[in-house]
Amino acid sequence: MSDILLPSLVDGLLLGFVYGIAAMGLSLIWGVMDVINLSHGPIIALGMFGIYLIFTNTGLNPYLALFVVALAGLLLGMIIYGVAVHRVIDAPHLSTLLATFSVNMIIIGIGTALLTTTPRNIDFTLGSLSVGPITVPWTRVAAAFATMLVTGLLYLFLYVSRPGKYIRAVANNRVAAELMGIPSARILALSFGLGTMLAAIAGGLIATFFPFTILSGGSYELKSFVICVLGGLGNPLGALFGGLILGGLEGLTPAFMPTTWVPVLEFGLFVLILLVRPSGLLGSKS
Amino acid sequence: MKRLSWTVLSLLAILALVLAACGGGAPAEEAAPTEAPSSGVSEEPAPATEAPGAPEAKEVTLKIGFTASVTGKYEVSSAAQVNGLKLWMDSVNEAGGIELSDGTVVTFDYIFYDDESNKERVQELYTRLATEDNADLLISPYSSGLTAAAAVIAEQYGKVMITTGAASDSTYQQGYTHVFQAYTPASRYLTGAVDLLASLDPNVTKVALVYENSKFSTSVVTAARDYAEAQGYEVVLFEGYDPETADFAPFINKIEAAGPDAILGGGHRVDGKAFAKQLYEKGTPIKFFALLVAPPEPEFAELGDAAVGVIGPSQWEPLAAFTPASAEAIGATWLGPLGNEFVSAFEAAYGDEPSYHAAGGYAAGLILEGAIRSADSTDPEAILAALNGMDLMTFYGHIKFDTSPENHGLQIGHSMVYIQWQRDASGNLVKQVVWPKEGATAEAIYPIR
Repeated sequence: MSDILLPSLVDGLLLGFVYGIAAMGLSLIWGVMDVINLSHGPIIALGMFGIYLIFTNTGLNPYLALFVVALAGLLLGMIIYGVAVHRVIDAPHLSTLLATFSVNMIIIGIGTALLTTTPRNIDFTLGSLSVGPITVPWTRVAAAFATMLVTGLLYLFLYVSRPGKYIRAVANNRVAAELMGIPSARILALSFGLGTMLAAIAGGLIATFFPFTILSGGSYELKSFVICVLGGLGNPLGALFGGLILGGLEGLTPAFMPTTWVPVLEFGLFVLILLVRPSGLLGSKS
Repeated sequence: MKRLSWTVLSLLAILALVLAACGGGAPAEEAAPTEAPSSGVSEEPAPATEAPGAPEAKEVTLKIGFTASVTGKYEVSSAAQVNGLKLWMDSVNEAGGIELSDGTVVTFDYIFYDDESNKERVQELYTRLATEDNADLLISPYSSGLTAAAAVIAEQYGKVMITTGAASDSTYQQGYTHVFQAYTPASRYLTGAVDLLASLDPNVTKVALVYENSKFSTSVVTAARDYAEAQGYEVVLFEGYDPETADFAPFINKIEAAGPDAILGGGHRVDGKAFAKQLYEKGTPIKFFALLVAPPEPEFAELGDAAVGVIGPSQWEPLAAFTPASAEAIGATWLGPLGNEFVSAFEAAYGDEPSYHAAGGYAAGLILEGAIRSADSTDPEAILAALNGMDLMTFYGHIKFDTSPENHGLQIGHSMVYIQWQRDASGNLVKQVVWPKEGATAEAIYPIR
């Protein structure tokens, strides 16, 4: 049994970092503007295709292509905010839900027509790292490091830079922030852009080790919900921890029971936390 | 406000789950209908002319009835199947028909209707074909579901029907005596892989069967497990995974712990690809790896080194090299064109490389032709007897039917063609047929690592 547990825990935790960065995007948007972004999944899938198209057409290293994808994600998010979310930002929750759900359907529809649902794969490998019983592809290790780097930069941005402080101010109290002269519309657009950027980065990292289709983002979106609840919505660092918990759980479960039980446990946990500790394991903004 | 938000979030999560459950299935692979239905009786192609100086020779034109899904979700696959059938008919008629020993020349004509990919229409239309149109012989529609509906009617009116495009086993377990299957049934999708493994290495004993939790994969793998166990293999792991699975790493650790020499199973395209890639990256020490559905797809080559050695079943592949010599080797009769002749004739007629659906349509025609030639008659009872005794080899493979009352008409001769991804001399990834031996284009790579 122990020869399964250790490698599976490592596999799960490494993947958990990537789950974490995907959830961080969802959590950030929720925390700043109380919007649940239902276009999160398709944007993850677009991040996958971004890396795929750049890599297969230009041969550019996927980790360099990630910068392009991140920038495109930021811009796309700001556009989505301007077009679909801004007008309904103060309307009841259902309106923002429907608005982002519409964006979700549009991306899926166009994506299916242009990219088809044929599974794609990036033929890129860094080889595997073997330590004792553990064998992990370097791409997963690299993804974990990339996640830590992005998280560090995000925190630096939020706590040191002026726009970052504005974001925190708007999240804290939008009316007060506006009274202090903070351009809240632009800051909200930036926040939405950062959220989608994180989703696109997550997609790009996933694409380096899993095959995917335009529909593949959906399961990461669902996992992101679970993770946000684990870590506390609106708490990006909590999302990273939530990702690690979920990844570890996914890794260890198959050692004890049939693999098909993984989603049952995941969503069982989701419901349990909502019932017992609705503010998340690591708390959230109050 | 906060409480409201959480209520909304909870509702939303449930909604998302429901949506994912509804939309998470395999995407529809067929395009939406674009053409208007074209039901109606087709025109007779050029009738064969009588041979001069042989006034006693009589000509018989047999009418073949079928429905095609000109509209609806099966449009693409059905069109390929019908094109294959028409190509066969044209080639027989152009060659002057089939000459029987009494001098009778048999040519063919067809009647077809659009079934709209709809079961109810199928039953209505096959009844019409059997009664009003007096079709002499029937060919099935495309898909197991429509074929099951059509088979009832064929049996009811005592018409011989060749089914193609339909892999389900259950149609042949209803006690029918007039229905004959051209496809390898689902229960034998992977059994050939077990035979291949046995022929490659008699010392292998431990196999793992892992599968996507869906109806198709589960039934295929369950049949493969029973077969493997009957062959003396020890099944060290028999476990399903969720269709949405992307991360196979923990599952692969579990497989490694069970210590199999060979892995068989899989599901559909996305999960199959993800599984193959991660199994390679983990360096799992296996000798043999056969996967359902994903490997024959051309984009499987994107996996690069991870694709090398992966084996996959297909009903037919353009590469498959069945020849008159392979027919002789198993004592079967050879009929029809060689594989490359079929491919070039099909490309000349329709402009595309034929898929296995098209090959299945052509093969259904060849089966009828083989039965008429062997019966040396156009009498339905004689044709039926010839089908029961058929042992035929064509470019599509071996054809032989089960004649037991429990499984009458089930295909037992044709086996899946097993392809394996290999590197050619210049290092490019290519598909090679490695099983059955009669159709192989290359030796299987074994062990794969």
